[in-house]
Amino acid sequence: MATQEVSAGAVRLRATRRRWGEDVVKVVLALCALISILTTVGIVVSLFLPAIEFFRDVSLWGFLSGTTWAPLFQPSHFGVQPLVAGTILVSLCAALVALPFGLGSAIYLSEYARATERKVLKPTLEILAGIPTVVYGYFALTLISPLLKDLGLQAGVFSALSAALVMGVMLIPTVASLSEDAMSAVPRDLRDGAYALGSNRMQVSLRVVVPAAISGIIASFVLAISRAVGETMIVLIAAGGQPNLTFDPREAVQTMTAFIAATGQGDVPTGSIEYKTIFAVGATLFVLTLVMNLFSIRLVRKFREVYE
Amino acid sequence: MSVTTLRAERPRGRTSSAVFKAFLYVSIGVGIATLGTLLITVVAKGWKYVDLVLLLEPPSADPQIAGARPAILATIYLGLLLIAFSVPIGVGTAIYMEEYANRDRWYNRLLEVNIQNLAAVPSIVYGILGLAFLVRGIGLGRVLLAGAMILTLVVLPTVIIAAREAIRAVPDSIRQGAYALGATKWQVIWRQVLPAATPGIATGSILALSRALGETAPLLLVGALTYVSFDPTILGDFTALPVQIYQWVARPQEDFRVLAASGIIVLLAILLTLNAFAIWIRNRYQRKW
Repeated sequence: MATQEVSAGAVRLRATRRRWGEDVVKVVLALCALISILTTVGIVVSLFLPAIEFFRDVSLWGFLSGTTWAPLFQPSHFGVQPLVAGTILVSLCAALVALPFGLGSAIYLSEYARATERKVLKPTLEILAGIPTVVYGYFALTLISPLLKDLGLQAGVFSALSAALVMGVMLIPTVASLSEDAMSAVPRDLRDGAYALGSNRMQVSLRVVVPAAISGIIASFVLAISRAVGETMIVLIAAGGQPNLTFDPREAVQTMTAFIAATGQGDVPTGSIEYKTIFAVGATLFVLTLVMNLFSIRLVRKFREVYE
Repeated sequence: MSVTTLRAERPRGRTSSAVFKAFLYVSIGVGIATLGTLLITVVAKGWKYVDLVLLLEPPSADPQIAGARPAILATIYLGLLLIAFSVPIGVGTAIYMEEYANRDRWYNRLLEVNIQNLAAVPSIVYGILGLAFLVRGIGLGRVLLAGAMILTLVVLPTVIIAAREAIRAVPDSIRQGAYALGATKWQVIWRQVLPAATPGIATGSILALSRALGETAPLLLVGALTYVSFDPTILGDFTALPVQIYQWVARPQEDFRVLAASGIIVLLAILLTLNAFAIWIRNRYQRKW
């Protein structure tokens, strides 16, 4: 027993024998961590190798500047602009819903709501974020599209607008929860100071809390737009399937993600040009979202450094 | 001495305050009203086909006798495989990052940014990885195991982030106490830190699982969009419940739309049960230190 040794007077301390098990554990854990690095490497390799092959057949300039996307027709056209335009159109309309209402929800939850209200409202909003996107697609197609048609806001069964509106609502919790985190991190002193100078609640919210939390709020905006760009099922179901170079949200469009899903779900022969288009468009999508994600991660780190 | 008179000023900006507050109510109302409308329309439309036929019969061209049995079974199998794959790897990564990694090292900082980015990579990109690497690359084929592996990669960042938060919430005094009694590093982690972090890890993992079981896009690319009339096996063709719903939604006939709504009711019932279970664990077992 250790106590007996202590009472015995001179205690001899010596290095315990090396415990190999401890080292093995550390290596196993590091290997687990390695899997997520390998995932990124795998994504980059599996996207870019076929994409590079694709650009041997189709010039990069032709891909970026072309205005017709018709990979399956003869003669085929590989101009990515219609898909990019469709993606931008849908994401922009979704952002017009998600950003103001998401920020409004965050301000309400952080500055206005009582504790009991927050306890009910926050989990309810979280449910919105947990509903599968295929369900939102169903909702856009069967409820929002007919509604927009009755209002004269869309001509056919499919439109960019119905997909975008539903996607916008889906993204409200994304904006709200990250923005609210940033606002909660703003010290109380700042608010009290503003109240002491005679500000009302709106002035405190808009002129003190929002500016102080701005990097987190912008991070939430960027993250929401990145999600909108990468969202697949809603547009696949409700936006229609024709590549369409337009900025009229009442029309049917195809986004990059919807193209990938529509082409990749079938039996495209490996190595064919149709197969490689999946990777060329996928690589474009990956680069686009990567830039936005890294920007957003940097902003989040900034607000964490300032107040936490 | 001059006398300062203070008088109540007419509060300015009362109208703008009221308008602003109205905007806040609308903001929070839009989300909740949409959620309510969605749930009500789905239940109203799909309720009539939610029965034993839906749960126990294979799909069919006749919506009257069509069920989702193979899809529901595949979703259950996917869930079990997901837990088996993602929890050990995710918790292992989290332990490495929280307890072992030295943050001054560039590779550990890279790991951190890498995981944050992976959490935001569109799920369809994981689908492309699955198609290129698992289905065609190593020739695994369009099987359930490939779907489970890809969904594991999709949820792994979420599991890691949740597990890290749970591990970080365990106070250092517990670790110090165990070290003082002569425990080794792994003994401290295995017997003190992990048991204390288990409720948080369980909650996060179940929430991640419920997110993953609703994923459709990556499964489309690994070939889940097939007609499967038999019970799935791990190394066989499969379709999952969200994919089955997509197949029904994509058909123009009204009866299949109704069937899609019924499938959505079953899917939401599974996911909301999982969510409720996660919240119950959090409320029941999580300790405030």
